[in-house]
Amino acid sequence: MREVLEGSQAVARTVARCRPDVVCAYPISPQTHIVEALARAARTGALGSCEYINVESEFAAMSVSIGSSAAGARTYTATASQGLLFMTEAVYNAAGLGLPIVMTIANRAIGSPINIWNDHSDSLALRDSGWLQLFAVDNQEAADLHVIAFAAGEELGIPVMVCMDGFILTHASDVVDVVEQADVDAFLPPYRPQQVLDVDHPTTIGTMAGPETFTETRYLQHKRFLDAAAVVQSWSDRFREAFGREAGGLVHTYLPGTLDRDRTAPPPGADDTVVVAMGSVVGTLQDTLTALGDEPVRLLGIGTYRPFPAQALREAVGAARRVVVIDRALELGVGGVLTGDVRHALAGTGIAVHSVVAGLGGRPITQEVLTDVVRRGIAGQLGDLDFCDLRADALEEMNA
Amino acid sequence: MTAVSIPFMQTGTLVVGNRLLDDDDRSVQARADRPSSLTKGHRACQGCAEALAARWVMDTAVDATGGKLMVANATGCLEVFSTLYPESAWKPAWIHSLFANAASVATGLAAANAARGRSDIRVLAQGGDGGTVDIGMASVSGMFERNDDVLYVCYDNGGYMNTGVQRSGSTPPAARTATTPIAGTRPGAPFGQGKFMPRIAMAHEIPYVATATVADLRDLEAKVRTAMSIHGARYLHVLVPCPLGWGSASHQSIALSRAAVQSGTFPVFEARAGELTAVTKIRERVDVEEYLRPQQRFAHLFKPGGEDALARVRAAAEANIRRYGLLDDEPRSRVQRQAQEQEARR
Ligand SMILES: Cc1ncc(C[n+]2csc(CCOP(=O)(O)OP(=O)(O)O)c2C)c(N)n1
Ligand code: SF4
Ligand SMILES: [Mg+2]
Repeated sequence: MREVLEGSQAVARTVARCRPDVVCAYPISPQTHIVEALARAARTGALGSCEYINVESEFAAMSVSIGSSAAGARTYTATASQGLLFMTEAVYNAAGLGLPIVMTIANRAIGSPINIWNDHSDSLALRDSGWLQLFAVDNQEAADLHVIAFAAGEELGIPVMVCMDGFILTHASDVVDVVEQADVDAFLPPYRPQQVLDVDHPTTIGTMAGPETFTETRYLQHKRFLDAAAVVQSWSDRFREAFGREAGGLVHTYLPGTLDRDRTAPPPGADDTVVVAMGSVVGTLQDTLTALGDEPVRLLGIGTYRPFPAQALREAVGAARRVVVIDRALELGVGGVLTGDVRHALAGTGIAVHSVVAGLGGRPITQEVLTDVVRRGIAGQLGDLDFCDLRADALEEMNA
Repeated sequence: MTAVSIPFMQTGTLVVGNRLLDDDDRSVQARADRPSSLTKGHRACQGCAEALAARWVMDTAVDATGGKLMVANATGCLEVFSTLYPESAWKPAWIHSLFANAASVATGLAAANAARGRSDIRVLAQGGDGGTVDIGMASVSGMFERNDDVLYVCYDNGGYMNTGVQRSGSTPPAARTATTPIAGTRPGAPFGQGKFMPRIAMAHEIPYVATATVADLRDLEAKVRTAMSIHGARYLHVLVPCPLGWGSASHQSIALSRAAVQSGTFPVFEARAGELTAVTKIRERVDVEEYLRPQQRFAHLFKPGGEDALARVRAAAEANIRRYGLLDDEPRSRVQRQAQEQEARR
């Protein structure tokens, strides 16, 4: 049923319909509305026998999730920013143990200075943690991605972060069609763990590996991670067939003026500038390009950040003249974080890649700002690294 | 024929021989079907009391639950010496995640079992003193405070042994460790620092808290059995001598544990809902010297200049005796009477 819902409510309802056995989380803005809604659902019995556990920290939230997932329970949690960093040790551990926990990241900046607003610094800081990272462009996709996350994660034995822009999506109301219970039940297979603590067939999970086996362990994890791209794509395809709308997948091209996927667009040609972005800014970019009219510029949205879809990106970029990456996270002393992945994917193609760092700590990325960036991109006026919308007055004040 | 009753004391040992007991009262260790939850082949040092205590705890818990037991283990010696891939010395379903989170992982195991209607499966978490009183404190306290259905067992060897014997919040004052070396007038670990986790556990008013040592394994076994008969958060703190970290002979782990109890250094008791309910009285009181002298980590106490520190350690044991009422009002044995007379003379 299509209704106007806050992004967090849409996510909470979708998660509930995936029938988690255990939900364990610690509050942090802008994730709070999601876990509050699930706590309420658990209290009122709407989640069946699901255990909702209030813990003393994010580290405990992820650790409880590790325990419950290892015991064979479908497990969900959510966090952001400082919370994600606080649980970092356990985040890596969950991936190493192959536990398909699903975690919503309400993307938010990392302090200091403390800042509750949106950018991608948090999940991108954990890009090497061994979790899949799926990014949503809008509330509908943010909600739907959770169904795909449980399905793909459990098939692979890999945990999944569903990343949605804090406030911009979590707190914004939009028309959303939340998946129906019967449809999810038909779509999502029951969780069959690949390795589980079972008192009737006892195993040891979490052994020590010395120099003679550690590399092999990591190599196999790497291989499985590479296979994950195809699995994510396949669940995304199945989702489209089952629900009649798009969610998930690797790299996307959009039909003019919409966020509907264009599966038949010819690859960009030698005159084209390609703008690459991730998350809700994709929508603003599409509006910007639509308003710009008939310019030689194309938009690509990254749907899956980990594993990074290098090959899909190379194909989608085609023979483009240059690529402009709108980057929501900064690697100090280097440049945009997503840009690094894009450059790596396009190495050897000779295509110039321009990094534009934008919207850190919640600075709005307006259509006006993007229009300027895209115009300069088309005109070949962007450098290796530009900062969008830098305030000269603030710089002067801070330097004083 | 007239029957002669022989008091157990005449056997000259504190261990009750199994032959004198009914089958049901025998230790799980005495039975042909003992679980051997921690099997041979692990890499613990000779005389490691942590390994000994863990086997008794686990065998008892496995027995008490009919094998329906899941275990979460913190990083530390116990984990490292038992599970080097591709081998494992553990027979029960066992998971190791991190150093600081065994209690939280256990909460997760219990939650999964509850959500899936498996209330027959019980959960045990275990770790060293570092993994419990220091880095794992928040996780343990959270599990206590929520009264999750978990028995948490801390094996206290008074230091971070796995990383080479550094000081923990459970290292006793005056002990030499790699990070509290003897230097000038600084006699090892500082006085006035450290914490005794069982009292912190009691402050959470959880259903059951107990302490034990490997000097009385039947007592340890009984406490695990009691703990497994209760639901909710339970805490068991076991003193486990570490020959490597303490600088003691590997055959002395039991004797040192006994001396720790009989000197008042380590109080053995039970508490329910925050109230002390049972105390193991000192049976044959000994001076702290009997506990300290065989340990290299306390060697400086017996050198010139060590008198003050020794006196403070002795005073701490006396404070324990008063606080927990470790002495009987009436001396029970000749040996004990002698000890008290000796004390009076000193
Ligand atoms: C987060 C983290 N910090 C530090 C360590 C290193 N470390 C591993 S075991 C250990 C000491 C364990 O001490 P304790 O819990 O008392 O167990 P023991 O080895 O003494 O039995 C330390 C410091 C670690 N593994 N993880
Ligand atoms: S160092 Fe101590 S605790 Fe560790 S295995 Fe050796 S005796 Fe046991
Ligand atoms: Mg220790």
